Amino acid sequence: MRLDRKDLLTIKDLSLDEIGLILDTAASFKEVSEKDIKKVPTLRGRTIINLFYEPSTRTRTSFEIAAKRMSSDAINISLAASSVKKGETLSDTARNLEAMRPDCIVVRHGSAGTPQMLARHLSCSVVNAGDGAHEHPTQALLDLFTVKEHKKHIKDLKIAIIGDITHSRVARSNIYAFTKLGARVTAAGPRTMLPPGLSSLGCEVTTDPREAIKNADVVMMLRIQSERQNNSAIPSAREYARVYGLDKEKLSLAAKDAIVMHPGPINRGVEITPEVADGTKSLILEQVTNGVAVRMAVFYLLLGPVREED
Amino acid sequence: MKKRLLIRGGRLIDPASGMDGIYNVYVREGRLEAIIETASDETDITSTAADLEIIEAAGLLVLPGLVDVHTHLREPGFEYKETVATGALAAAAGGFTTILTMANTLPVNDNQSVTRYIIRKAAEAGLVKILPIGAVSIGLSGQVLTEMVELKEAGCVAFSDDGISVANPAFMRQALEYAAPLGLPVITHAEDPELSCGGTMNEGTVSTVLGLKGIPVAAEDVVVARDIELAKLTGGRVHVAHVSTAGTVELIRNAKQEGVNITAEVTPHHLVFTDEALRSYDTNFKMSPPLRTADDVRAVREGLKNGTIDCVATDHAPHSTIEKDIEWSAAANGVVGLETAFSALYGLVSEGVLTLNEIVAFFTINPARAMSLAAGVLKVGSAADITLIDLDKNWTVEAETLRSRSKNSPFIGQTMKARVLKTIVDGVVIYNG
Amino acid sequence: MSTATVMDAQQMERALSRLAHEIVEKNNNINDLVLLGIPTRGAFLALRLRDKIKEIKGHTVAVGAVDATMYRDDIGIKKEAPTLKEMDIPVSIDGKVVVLVDDVLFTGRTIRAAMNALMDFGRPLCIRLAVLVDRGHRELPIKADYVGKNIPTSMTEGVKVLIGETDGINEVYVKAEQD
Repeated sequence: MRLDRKDLLTIKDLSLDEIGLILDTAASFKEVSEKDIKKVPTLRGRTIINLFYEPSTRTRTSFEIAAKRMSSDAINISLAASSVKKGETLSDTARNLEAMRPDCIVVRHGSAGTPQMLARHLSCSVVNAGDGAHEHPTQALLDLFTVKEHKKHIKDLKIAIIGDITHSRVARSNIYAFTKLGARVTAAGPRTMLPPGLSSLGCEVTTDPREAIKNADVVMMLRIQSERQNNSAIPSAREYARVYGLDKEKLSLAAKDAIVMHPGPINRGVEITPEVADGTKSLILEQVTNGVAVRMAVFYLLLGPVREED
Repeated sequence: MKKRLLIRGGRLIDPASGMDGIYNVYVREGRLEAIIETASDETDITSTAADLEIIEAAGLLVLPGLVDVHTHLREPGFEYKETVATGALAAAAGGFTTILTMANTLPVNDNQSVTRYIIRKAAEAGLVKILPIGAVSIGLSGQVLTEMVELKEAGCVAFSDDGISVANPAFMRQALEYAAPLGLPVITHAEDPELSCGGTMNEGTVSTVLGLKGIPVAAEDVVVARDIELAKLTGGRVHVAHVSTAGTVELIRNAKQEGVNITAEVTPHHLVFTDEALRSYDTNFKMSPPLRTADDVRAVREGLKNGTIDCVATDHAPHSTIEKDIEWSAAANGVVGLETAFSALYGLVSEGVLTLNEIVAFFTINPARAMSLAAGVLKVGSAADITLIDLDKNWTVEAETLRSRSKNSPFIGQTMKARVLKTIVDGVVIYNG
Repeated sequence: MSTATVMDAQQMERALSRLAHEIVEKNNNINDLVLLGIPTRGAFLALRLRDKIKEIKGHTVAVGAVDATMYRDDIGIKKEAPTLKEMDIPVSIDGKVVVLVDDVLFTGRTIRAAMNALMDFGRPLCIRLAVLVDRGHRELPIKADYVGKNIPTSMTEGVKVLIGETDGINEVYVKAEQD
């Protein structure tokens, strides 16, 4: 049992078998978090560095808990400055980190592609914890895991992803993840938030949220980043909430047993009304719980086997 | 040093005169003395043998020294990226004998003292002919015109704020009007700063996949359209730098048909690569304008072939690792190109896209005409600037062997055809490959 | 590769019956007994022991599975990460007599890992070990309390237990080389 790769950088490059392996492994690790003693010695003595160039609380915490529940030593490094400001190249950064002999580096960076660039320089494993508007593979894996727990299967499900697709790494990773497993994904948002060529990722694209939600088994809402609103992609949060926000009325168009997801943190009253966010169909907190299990599985599969020296 | 030079038996191609055949080329005191068909050459060289250096060129290409109207030599100000001397050596290694260098140095080449400094550095390097391009605006600010008359007197051959676009249309109008009587072109870096704001690659399917903010083709097209209208209005000469879009090709084609005083260049990388090359986030494919789609590449190739685009220029833009070996969004735009330009274009000859005679013209007489330079021809009496190339010699582009101080080439690792063997400036061999 | 059958279906059945009797004899308070098999085959053997104990005492003891994979000491030194298996602790093990059940006892490392795993679930009164086959060559100070059959082997030999539930046949054989 192994992932035949050093790094987890994108969903796009994962095979169906690899996704299946990660999800199956995550199921075993979910049990660990349900015991009184929430710790196994599996990765004792391993060092995992969480290298976050972007502020993040929940993703960093999730990776940190996952690492610690497997008895590895998790070290958090938060860097606000880009390498330009440090006067350091990415090779320098990589060499400095490597000198600390980590087994895995979890990277979040505001610029797409940075985990890939670092991975080329590093002999240890690299896990992408979100790079720019590119990918957020562990988020998509935990979303798959959560949907699978509820729906038992992914194939033929109808998935609606609604919001600012242009700036969303979660949307990209989830479009790849769910379409790979045979679901039908429809991405919806105002035209200004739908990037060109989006359908080439394998999804359907619409500016009509109702069309996306209609008969959907899963409705996934994306966070509207208030700091990005001044780029005039939308006239106001108010109009966005009215047209694209998920409320009871729009949700009633979905399948009867539809589930509602959100990668968090939610903007209550903007992309989702409080009554829907807190409603029985909402799996938002389960997503958080499952995030730990999925990240444990990723650590186990990347660090569990010894890697042959090149 | 011997006073005379004979380049014997090579295949001479000179698009300016239409010559293409096996010739002996005689050089005396830095000038072309005679060009005689090898088969009918009865010159008695035995009497002058002691004075005559002979270069056997059988099997080699003998071309007018190549001309590059768009380089960045980074001196003064960014000598860690490139100096006039290292840039000159890179040019020589690429077969270039005349190059124009852009004004975005530090300080900016916006006054005659900087121009004279660059010319002095070029003389010290003593390799290829380096002609400075003066800035259009003081400090590239797009606000105050440079002293263009004095810049011309100091040796500038064109004006450009290249690196950034002249954003204000009224200011661009004034620049064209002021430069027009000087007979010098204004080179436009066509990129609307608002439309391209924050973008780091071509806007399209690939930018969506990579999660990078795109620069729409319209960012280039609207400025080219503007400058065509301003050329009509002012009668000024516009040269469009690094054409990258199908739309620009179409605009220039129509403008030329209307008789607008406009010329244009395209870079080797925009002829060879598409935005697909960015999928690995290799910053050696990050440049301005960005690599576009296959449709755009087809259009610029076609535009070059049919004369809409006059010439090939490298936009040689050296950057060190501190600008390139960093995250994509912060990495600098630009690639080095002097040493790979001819080979890259010859690759298109091998593919059947262009002919050998066409690419020789794109690197010699065409850029010389676009900038009104006395270069790019093999004419008796003119300066003996000559490039010898072995078309059959393959070589691999390696960072370690590039002469440029910076190694940011998108061709690193590629094996290319056609190797420059000798570069001759004013009758002196300045480079031996 | 040469193999030799050392137990057939009948012999296996008898050995399991004897194990069940021994377990019952040693544990008067059957309510405190929990059988935890080590997946894959140990888990099925635990179920069989439960059935036999029911035949003897008329009482169904708690049975489950303890997967020791996450506690193994060879993670990160083999080319593959070991496959995770089922963990099923059906009742609290605090104060209980836990009988670990496995098919073959060899180096003892799996049992060590299983004991560590159990400790994270609670504090049993004691842990006992029942195995169908003890083939020797312990690498840790671990000893089985209930043994179906001692089979002396060399290090190079392999011992394989086949059971109907997973292999369609009940048999124990020794082969000349290990997998």
